[in-house]
Amino acid sequence: MSAVLEVEGLSVAYGKVEALHGANLVLPAGSIVTVIGPNGAGKTTMLAAIMGLLPSQGIVRYQGRDVARDEVEARVAQGLVLVPERRELFGEMTVADNLVLGAFARYRRRESGIDADLDAVYQRFPRLRERRGQLAGTLSGGERQMLALGRALMTRPRVLMLDEPSLGLAPLVVREIFQIIADLRRTGVSILLVEQNARAALQVADHAYVLETGDVVLEGEARSLITNPRVIETYLGLAAGSRRTSAA
Amino acid sequence: MDVQIALLLAQDGLTNGAIYALLALAIVLVFVVTRVLWVPQGEFVSYGALTLASLQLGKVPGTVWLLVCAGLATALVDGVVAVREGRLRRMPRSLLANVVLPLALAALATWLAPRNPPLLVQILLTIALIVPLGAMVYRLAFQPLQRASVLVLLIVSVAVHFAMQGLGLVFFGPEGARTPAFTDVRFELGVMTVSGQSLLVIGASVFLIVVLYLFFERTIYGKALRATAVNRTGARLVGISTSLAGKLTFTLAAGIGAVSGILIAPIATIYYDSGFLIGLKGFVGSVVGAIVSYPLAALGAVLVGMLESFGSFYASALKEVIVFTALLPVLIWLSLRSRHVEEDDEE
Repeated sequence: MSAVLEVEGLSVAYGKVEALHGANLVLPAGSIVTVIGPNGAGKTTMLAAIMGLLPSQGIVRYQGRDVARDEVEARVAQGLVLVPERRELFGEMTVADNLVLGAFARYRRRESGIDADLDAVYQRFPRLRERRGQLAGTLSGGERQMLALGRALMTRPRVLMLDEPSLGLAPLVVREIFQIIADLRRTGVSILLVEQNARAALQVADHAYVLETGDVVLEGEARSLITNPRVIETYLGLAAGSRRTSAA
Repeated sequence: MDVQIALLLAQDGLTNGAIYALLALAIVLVFVVTRVLWVPQGEFVSYGALTLASLQLGKVPGTVWLLVCAGLATALVDGVVAVREGRLRRMPRSLLANVVLPLALAALATWLAPRNPPLLVQILLTIALIVPLGAMVYRLAFQPLQRASVLVLLIVSVAVHFAMQGLGLVFFGPEGARTPAFTDVRFELGVMTVSGQSLLVIGASVFLIVVLYLFFERTIYGKALRATAVNRTGARLVGISTSLAGKLTFTLAAGIGAVSGILIAPIATIYYDSGFLIGLKGFVGSVVGAIVSYPLAALGAVLVGMLESFGSFYASALKEVIVFTALLPVLIWLSLRSRHVEEDDEE
């Protein structure tokens, strides 16, 4: 399978402090790759740099092309999309407006099929349809995450980067979100998933990277990492069989 | 003062207030989307009034040269950036917007001006000559400063004000101008005489406000501007570029300014530097809404108009002082309220 996203030697520094040291990562087309690691390991920084929100050094190759000089908006227009940890919704606007704005780049290109996609999002998240006239700022945590996902889907992503999609959500909602992630892959979207909820992430992913203090310390098939003693000890807890439901 | 005078003053105040309301809305819009405290909004007003006055005299307005020069400067900056970043494929669009369009408008204005076209054509031409200046000002002064602090943006905004005022003197000259009233119609309404001119100004302002409201509520570009104001990062993540939002905002501001200038042209004699004071009154109005609330800003602007009109009756020499002193209670109230908000945050 060819890689839709390749990251080579990606480094990000906040002032003099380097938060990410030359990370490498490959996202094969149509797969789910997860990056797990503790707080402050540089996971969010990595996604922000790939998206172009942070200045970085190194190469980000998307669909075979170096996107270093593309602004965030240009990357979105090409189908490289991020759902950030803070969701970044338009809180003072309605749910429907949030979703419609997800397709802004497509409206500019006069693309068709936007209404059909809006319908598909409502079908996937019936609760958003119920609340379409409500302001986004009044939604519950789970609904906000669904809206963030729905808004990202309206951009018609080829690569969807999800930063802590389960953060602060109730266990049932977490399961729902991971179900949706698995569904999305079936529609051909490649997914780069950053999670603290390592168990859930490893269960849904094909390949995984472990990031610690800015370095990739371990990588491999998700299935093999889930039984890796070091991963079990650090991220899954000693009682490997018990369910860890909340990462936050 | 009897009722008749009071009503007359109120009518005057409402008329001016309607124009200030437009300016206040433009200032709020520019601030929430770009974080720029837009001091030079008044310059668009004087450009608008002076352009219309020139056209009515059958002269080619100075705006023509101003527009062509600003366009060339913008295209030059775009060109240098495009060469440096190796992105020449964006240049045709820039050349079209900043060179071809201004030249075409200049040719049209030069051809039309001596032919004394009907008033409506003159008004449309005035708006067309000023609107493109908005995006150019944004491109030249503010686009390179997208990450700058509000304070830096304010300093640049003041500098842009002086530059635009100076250019106004160069291109329009020091003479003032006043256009004839759009209409001489008067209505008797009980004890009060309502002038058609006042109704026209108020009606045009209300119409423009409704159009703006529909633009922000119903169109994707209007929603994109609101989204940028609400959450800049979120907007970028759905592909709304900060530069696009900025250019669109300044285009709207220029358009609103031009219309305000056209409306005020028959009411007051406008010089190249009159815009500043008019813009400041819009600014006082917008401060009533803490520069974030559109309805409060419009209301504040109408209050400013009223205050000015009654102030000029009671103490004509002090009318500006009265208007600007009105800022003090508003600011005290806002600062009291904002401390309260901070306490809420700490809880």
